[in-house]
Amino acid sequence: MALLEVENLQTHFRTPDGGVNRAVDGLSFSVEAGETVAIVGESGCGKSVTSMSILRLIPEPPGKLAGSIRFEGRDLLKLSEREMRAIRGNEISMIFQEPMTSLNPVLTIGQQIGEALRLHQGLSKSQAEAKAVEMLTLVGIPAPAKRVKEYPHQLSGGMRQRVMIAIALACNPKLLIADEPTTALDVTIQAQILDLMRDLKRTVGAAIVLITHDLGVVAEVAERVIVMYAGRKVEEARVEDLFRTPKHPYTQGLLGAVPKLGSSLDGTTERLAEIPGLVPSLKQKIQGCVFASRCPYATDLCREVAPALEEKAPRHVAACHYAVKEAVAA
Amino acid sequence: MSMTMGTHPAHANAHPAAQANAHRGARPLLEVNDLKKHFPIKGGFFGGTTGQVYAVDGVTFHIDKGETLSLVGESGCGKSTVGKALLRLFPPTAGQVVLDGQRIDDLSAGKLRPLRRRIGVVFQDPFSSLNPRMRVKDLLAEPIRNFGLAKNSADLDERVAKLMDTVRLPRDAVNRWPHEFSGGQRQRICIARALAGEPDLIVCDEAVSALDVSVKAQIVNLLQDLQKELGLAMLFISHDLAIVEHMTHRVAVMYLGKIVEIAPRRELFGAPKHPYTEALLSAVPVPEPGAARERIVLTGDVPSPINPPTGCRFHTRCPYAFDRCRSDEPKLQQTTPGQWAACHLHDLPAEKNPLARGVSATLA
Repeated sequence: MALLEVENLQTHFRTPDGGVNRAVDGLSFSVEAGETVAIVGESGCGKSVTSMSILRLIPEPPGKLAGSIRFEGRDLLKLSEREMRAIRGNEISMIFQEPMTSLNPVLTIGQQIGEALRLHQGLSKSQAEAKAVEMLTLVGIPAPAKRVKEYPHQLSGGMRQRVMIAIALACNPKLLIADEPTTALDVTIQAQILDLMRDLKRTVGAAIVLITHDLGVVAEVAERVIVMYAGRKVEEARVEDLFRTPKHPYTQGLLGAVPKLGSSLDGTTERLAEIPGLVPSLKQKIQGCVFASRCPYATDLCREVAPALEEKAPRHVAACHYAVKEAVAA
Repeated sequence: MSMTMGTHPAHANAHPAAQANAHRGARPLLEVNDLKKHFPIKGGFFGGTTGQVYAVDGVTFHIDKGETLSLVGESGCGKSTVGKALLRLFPPTAGQVVLDGQRIDDLSAGKLRPLRRRIGVVFQDPFSSLNPRMRVKDLLAEPIRNFGLAKNSADLDERVAKLMDTVRLPRDAVNRWPHEFSGGQRQRICIARALAGEPDLIVCDEAVSALDVSVKAQIVNLLQDLQKELGLAMLFISHDLAIVEHMTHRVAVMYLGKIVEIAPRRELFGAPKHPYTEALLSAVPVPEPGAARERIVLTGDVPSPINPPTGCRFHTRCPYAFDRCRSDEPKLQQTTPGQWAACHLHDLPAEKNPLARGVSATLA
C-alpha cells in the first residue's frame, strides 16, 4: 500500500456568477513512503490546489472536494475536522512559498516551532523549546539557542524558510508537502535550501510532494514527476524518463521553452520554443483533450475525445492520442 | 580611441573607474560612470539621518547601440536601483549618466523631459504597471501625445495601431481594458508603451520574471525580435541566469552595490573570473536529471548594504578569500579582452589562481 493514494480528486469552486471552476478535475496519483514526487505545471494548472486539498485547507464552500485521498489507508476526505487537525502538522506537514508571510510576526521562532510539538506530542514548554533548538540545529541555523528567542523579522528570507522547514519537520511527518519552497529565494540561497532538503530526506526519511514550476529544481530533487495542465494530469514518469523522452506535447513544449545554462558555449542559443495561445478557462467543461487548443499536433479526434492516461513506456504514462507507444513489458 | 576620448565630455574629468568605459573606439549609446545611490536612514529622536543604505556604490558600464547588457545579481544587490537611477526615477547621489554624449544626470526636470523619450522602461509586474482605468489605446497614446510625436489624431491612431502590430497583438484590442488581458498580453502592452516614444534604449527590470514558463519564452522571443527589427539597445535587469545567457551580449554581475564582473556572455558563462559569478552559476538548478555538477554552495547570507564589509565586499562568503581581501578593496581589472573582474586572485601567479582558466579550457 502506498503512503498516499489520491484517486479521482476533484476540487471545484463555485464562482460568484454561479459557474463552477474545475481547478482540479479527476487527478489520481500515489506517493510511496520516502519517495520524492514533483508536481509541475504553470500557474492555474491546479498544482497548489491539489496540495491544499490533501491537507483539506480548501474552504468549503466555495470549494467542493470529491474523490478520495487515502493516507495510510484512511480517506482524509471522510475524516472530521478534529481528526484532520491531529494529522496536519503531525503526520502530514507543509512548507509554503512565502517565508515572509507564513510565519507569525508576533511570536518567537521557538514558540512557533514548539506549537506543533506541544499540541501533537504533549511536550511541556521547556521540552518544546529544547526540541526547537534541536530542530534549528538540524536545519543549519547558526546560534540556535539565541535564534529561538528571536522574531521572524530578525531573520533573512533564507533563514525564515529554514525555520518553516524546522516547523514542518518538528513532529517527524511521514509526508511533507512543499509548495514552491524555493521560488521566493535567491539562487545561492535556493541552492542551500535544496541541499538541506536532500540531506534531511536522507536523515528524516519523509516522503516529499514537491510543487513547483521550476524544471531545474525538479531535475535536481525529484524521483518521479507529475505534469499537470488545466487541472488534469497529462503525464507522469520517472524524472530521467520525463526529461529524456517527454511523451506529451505539453511537456515537450515546456522543456523546449526553458533556456539551459551553458547555451552560449555550445552555440545553442537559438529561438526558444513557444507554446502558442493561452491556458483554457476552467469555468467551462473542456471537451476532448485539455491541451488541444494549443497543441501543434491536434486533430479532430483530440478536440472531441479526451485521451485517457495510457502507459506509453514502462512506468511512463501520458494522456495523448498520438504519443508514441513503446513496447511495454506485460 | 584617444580622439574619441578627447572630444568626449564624459571623459573631461574622467574618474579612474571610467577607464573600463574608455577602451573602446566608437561612442557608446549610454555610459554610466561611477554611479552611486545612497538612501538615508531616518531615525533617532530628532528624525535625523542615522545611516546610509549603500544601494549602489560606484557602478561603471556602457551600452552600445543595438546591444543588450544584462545586470544580474541577487535581491538587494542594487541592480534595480541602477535602472531607476539612470531613468532618473530618483536622483543619483553621485556619478554621471551620459546618453549619446550628453550628460543627463544633472539636467533639470524640464530639460530632461524631451530626452526621456529615448529610454523606455518595462517593469516586472504587468498587473500593477498598467493603469486599470485606461484603455489600451490611451495607455499607448499618452507617451506619443506627451512627447508630441503625432502630427494629428489620424497619425496618433496609426502609431498606436502600429505599436500593436509590433508587439503582435490584434489591432482591434486597443479599445479593451487591461483586465481583459492575460499576464503575457499585458507585458506586451507594457513593451508597446515603452516603444511608443521610439526609444534607443529599453530598460527591462525583471520584465519576464513574473511570467509562466511558456509565456516567458514568448516575451523573450519578442524582445529579441524587436531588438533586431528596431536596433534597440537593452539594459536587461534579471536574476534568471539562464534567460540572461540566452539573450544577452554582455553581462554585469552585481554584489552589494558594486559590479564585481563585467564580460561578454561567452566569457562570463564559460570562464567566470570572479568567485561570486562562479558560485552564482553553479547554484542555478539545471533541468537535466543526474547532471554531474560541482556546486559551490555559499555559506551565510548577503551582508547588509547599510554596513558593507571592508575590503572586498564578498570576502565574508568567498571560498578563496585571503588576508588582502579583508582590508584592500579590489578594483575592476581586465583579465581577458573585454572581461573585467574585481578580484585580488588575478594578481596572484596563474598557478595559484583558481579562476585563471579560459573559455577554451572549459569547453575542452
